[in-house]
Amino acid sequence: MTVPAQQIKFYQTGSFAVGNRLLDLEDRSVQADTDRANALTSGHRACQGCGEALGARYALDAAMRATQGQMVAVNATGCLEVFSTPYPQTSWQIPWIHSLFGNAPAVATGVAAALKAKGRTDVRVIGQGGDGGTVDIGFACLSGMFERNDDVLFICYDNEAYMNTGVQRSGATPPAARTMTTQAVGPEPGNAFGQGKNVPLIALAHEIPYVATATVAELHDLEYKVRRAMEFRGARYIHVMVPCPLGWGSAACDTIRVARLAKESGLFPVFEAEDGEVTGVVKIRRQVPVEEYLRLQGRYAHLFGDPPRTDVIARIQAMADRNIRRFGLVE
Amino acid sequence: MDKPFAITLDVGSSKANKTGAWRTERPVYADRMPPCNQACPAGENIQRWLYLAEDGSYESAWRELMADNPFPAIMGRVCYHPCQTACNRARLDESVGINSVERFLGDEAIRQGWTVPVTAEPTGKRIMVVGAGPAGLSAAYHLTLMGHAVTVMDSGAYAGGMMRFGIPRYRLPRDILSAEIQRILDMGVTLELGHTVTNLPAALRHFDAAFLAVGAHIGRRAYIPAGDAARILDAVSMLRGMEGGVPCLGRRVVVYGGGNTAMDAARTARRLGATDTVVVYRRTRDRMPAHDFEVEEAIEEGVTMKWLSTITHADGERVTVEKMRLDETGFPQPTGEFEELAADTVVLALGQQADLTLLQGLPGVDFEDGVVKVGDNLMTGYPGVFAGGDMVPAERTVTVAVGHGKKAARHIDAWLRGTTYRPAPRPAPAAFDILNPWYYSDAPATVRSTLELARRTSTFDEVQSGLDESSALFEARRCLSCGNCFECDNCFGVCPDNAVIKLGAGERYAIDLDYCKGCGLCAAECPCGAITMQAEQT
Amino acid sequence: MLRQMEGSQAVAETVACCRPEVIGAYPISPQTHIVETLSALTKSGRLAPCEFVNVESEFAAMSVAIGASAAGARTYTATASQGLLYMVEALYNASGLGLPIVMTVANRAIGAPINIWNDHSDAMSQRDSGWIQLYAETNQEAADLHIQAFKIAEEVSLPVMVCMDGFILTHAYERVDLPSQEQVDAFLPPYVPRQMLDPAEPVSIGAMVGPEAFTEVRYLAHARQMQALKLIPQVAADFKRAFRRESGGLIRPYRTEDAETIIVALGSVLGTIKDVIDEQRESGVKIGVLGITSFRPFPLDAMRQALGHARRVVVLEKALAVGIGGIVSANVRMALSGIHLDGHTVVAGLGGRPITKASLHRLFADAIAGRVGPLTFLDLNRELIERELRRAAQTRRSGPSAENMLRDLALGEVR
Repeated sequence: MTVPAQQIKFYQTGSFAVGNRLLDLEDRSVQADTDRANALTSGHRACQGCGEALGARYALDAAMRATQGQMVAVNATGCLEVFSTPYPQTSWQIPWIHSLFGNAPAVATGVAAALKAKGRTDVRVIGQGGDGGTVDIGFACLSGMFERNDDVLFICYDNEAYMNTGVQRSGATPPAARTMTTQAVGPEPGNAFGQGKNVPLIALAHEIPYVATATVAELHDLEYKVRRAMEFRGARYIHVMVPCPLGWGSAACDTIRVARLAKESGLFPVFEAEDGEVTGVVKIRRQVPVEEYLRLQGRYAHLFGDPPRTDVIARIQAMADRNIRRFGLVE
Repeated sequence: MDKPFAITLDVGSSKANKTGAWRTERPVYADRMPPCNQACPAGENIQRWLYLAEDGSYESAWRELMADNPFPAIMGRVCYHPCQTACNRARLDESVGINSVERFLGDEAIRQGWTVPVTAEPTGKRIMVVGAGPAGLSAAYHLTLMGHAVTVMDSGAYAGGMMRFGIPRYRLPRDILSAEIQRILDMGVTLELGHTVTNLPAALRHFDAAFLAVGAHIGRRAYIPAGDAARILDAVSMLRGMEGGVPCLGRRVVVYGGGNTAMDAARTARRLGATDTVVVYRRTRDRMPAHDFEVEEAIEEGVTMKWLSTITHADGERVTVEKMRLDETGFPQPTGEFEELAADTVVLALGQQADLTLLQGLPGVDFEDGVVKVGDNLMTGYPGVFAGGDMVPAERTVTVAVGHGKKAARHIDAWLRGTTYRPAPRPAPAAFDILNPWYYSDAPATVRSTLELARRTSTFDEVQSGLDESSALFEARRCLSCGNCFECDNCFGVCPDNAVIKLGAGERYAIDLDYCKGCGLCAAECPCGAITMQAEQT
Repeated sequence: MLRQMEGSQAVAETVACCRPEVIGAYPISPQTHIVETLSALTKSGRLAPCEFVNVESEFAAMSVAIGASAAGARTYTATASQGLLYMVEALYNASGLGLPIVMTVANRAIGAPINIWNDHSDAMSQRDSGWIQLYAETNQEAADLHIQAFKIAEEVSLPVMVCMDGFILTHAYERVDLPSQEQVDAFLPPYVPRQMLDPAEPVSIGAMVGPEAFTEVRYLAHARQMQALKLIPQVAADFKRAFRRESGGLIRPYRTEDAETIIVALGSVLGTIKDVIDEQRESGVKIGVLGITSFRPFPLDAMRQALGHARRVVVLEKALAVGIGGIVSANVRMALSGIHLDGHTVVAGLGGRPITKASLHRLFADAIAGRVGPLTFLDLNRELIERELRRAAQTRRSGPSAENMLRDLALGEVR
């Protein structure tokens, strides 16, 4: 079991802050480096406090370091694509292509195939998209890329709904969450229980070389996972939770806090797996009830009305408890 | 590359889009007052010197500390560290061991022979300091750094005041004390020992100003009906006697009182060979003024405690104590129940009084409750005569006295220049709730090892040892840096718009207002609460 | 080298000579034999370096092609019918991004009802996708067009569809003069992309373009097809010089110089039509045929020149624009704008129905005699339709028409 982000037991700030002046340069996070790639640079049109903009830069900067800048990114349609590349400006500072909503994994496969044919396997390929482009419309291409074990790292920035089109339900929308197509009306407001799919586990079932989950709240873990992913050839998948202030109805300044609580409550298990077997989990450091996570988000406001839906909150807590048992998230 | 129109774009071109225009609030870096600094009676910038110590810059840390307090090695042993009581880290695991890091720095300075150069031009002003205790020496140190000529007079045979004559050696080894005093004297301070000032107005003719810090070293006596054979001492005299020889105590010693001095007396008695040492105190333990650790260490060393008891009679063999009970106001009331304790000696530790005869007859000087009244600037009613330490109304600790010395020095300096010293306004406090403590990893405090018990009860060796370097470093690094940027790069990292500019080591950060959208993530995720969001002016 | 071989084999061998670096393959009849052959060629190492990717759908096939082409690789795939429709979104994307992918479309009908046989419904449905569309008349031309297609695609940075009739060509064994590798290498230089994903020179490909520039982007795509209009005949001429045979070009007139009646058609049916024309010419009828090789870009000027003098134009097409009729004929009429002549649309050969010489003789005679209306369906079984229309009028739940009519045929109630 590896708990790499915490190998250096640091005192003043632990290894949880972005930087640490007391560490050697190479032990600091990529984001602490003034020479980081800034793969996604300033001037993009993401909302204030956008988790996806943050997650994308975290992941791609880490990949840029891991590949010494020899990298190509393929982007699915979605917020990330729209806010980064409206003509005549792009915020990307890497070779980047956007094709369609549902084909990013296949386009990435094509890029990887071309690079292989040209003998340029030093150049690595990353596919990326939101949860819609990954778990829904892009899922067939993703699964195909996985089963062929194409040399692609696919990163899903999961904000749990179709945000680009104005917050509609996706296969990654959690139960009880309000979206514009699962509205907070009727006897069971919000998204239904018992639906949705867990793509990290589906990826794991493909027995690809590497699968991991991460959040924007734990940079060191996220960077480690990107770095680790780059040590493998073949299909790899990282699923990053990126809160969306607009869609989740959370404060722009709370993006990281919300992601942290998702993990610390057990609702979002953070783990990694190699060849279909879980090899590591990031334990919960300060366990919180799911209520602390839910309360920060307008999409769950209907659970805290008068009277509060303690029954629904209990069901969500049960989901967290199951994750905690299943992945052993508590020491 | 011949790029297809509009579909293919030059990288990084979005920098032309200044998203700062979206902003309604902007982040502002603000150093706040950490609770340790707020609580320090000596006014140390603890957060700052811990920060310097964290990367091993011990000399810089020591110099930062020395800017406020000339006695780090002493302070690191005898200070009751209100900083640690206030420390925000206590809410996470345990307070940072500030005191032990301070001691490490102080000891390191002595080991390395670090000195403080006097760089100020001589002012030509002469200042008299009466009393070579912590307040007087602290004032002398600061005044010397300001360029004044200082003469310290003390009636005793050694400098140090209560640090030497009140604090037992097992808490403050004398070589440490002497080393830190000598460092001040080496800066050019004139010390006149055995010099009791009796005629202050006459003495003042040779000086431009005076700082009086004669302390409070007269043990308060209580009337105890006693037989002829009864041997009754006061704790101050007994502890003072330790510096001249070994006072003769019996094998069974009763100490009367509940303060730190009572504990010092009881523990000293144990070391002098008393087999039974009993502390008699009229209230309960939780109402004892002595610090918890002092009580605990005394009990560890075999001192027994008799709560809710007063001594009603003593003779050469035994004392009679009356049981007390606390009334609803918490005041002890007699119960009429008595018991007897075997005792050769009774040591009274009932508090100390200041000897204020020096000031008698000085026009304008007022007294109240046995101490001298001073203004906010520590000046008595007699112009140019300032006073501090135990002889003025304040908590009587070494640290408070050291703080008085610094404060008096600043006011004396201003007074001599015909101006008024105004301390800089204190920034807003860095309370625990402005921190984002998740970022700090778990790191419980380092425990300083203590001397083995057998040696504690038979020798005057120092009970608590210092931290080795790695532990001191660890302890310094446990600091949360409350309210003060410590360059953790969180703001630089968490900005989704890359709108935080990292200026380089020691230079902290700046906000790139061209791109900052004002989301507030940097402020929310700053571990130490050093960023505030301020509304944009429209 | 002359060989007797299946059309699919000929195409696959020729494509291999073009040295594609990435091939995405998904099976669909009648295209399957092409990718099967290419699979063997790559697996055996004869075609190298080349990555052969067995994708999970045609959508993925075109997406892999997009990625590979954007990364600077010469890229090929093949499809047909439903498969072409399944990749439609990616088709538009490939052309919009200006990626010179070459794809064989083994033309086949589109369901429902499901039908695996040949017509042009699939390719015709993608006439506005921004791809260049070349239609092969013979297996020789099908093979040759691929060599030209790569050259054209890479020159103008547009994808090219080579359309060959499913089964009629793909599965037909004919004599084909296969080009040698040296010949192809001499004709087709290595691919030098206009843009590519390159860490040494990073760009963002696939920006979102709003109203401020979208029209210009679309116009530029059109302008590039107009450039292709000039380029295609040049490439055909170059090809003729290098390979000593006619293949490709924009249009192919046959006995049209003095023709009063000109038939217009695309693909393999041209061979049958030419036989009928030869026979009618022998009986003195002034008739000719104009084959369209490049349907996109559509050669308006060349068509106008070739047809303008005729009295009558009959467009025979293997697709139907339901609700109006002809697709090719609408384009032909655009070419003849302002010229008064009789125009007829004849829909023929849908879903693999044979277009026989007898039917064509009858059709042409009727056309010349003025017995053909503006829209005609060749060999339409009127009785079958009448019965079904009656059934539907009588009973609301009359059942599925296709099955009804098949039953009528099986029971011998209609011939």
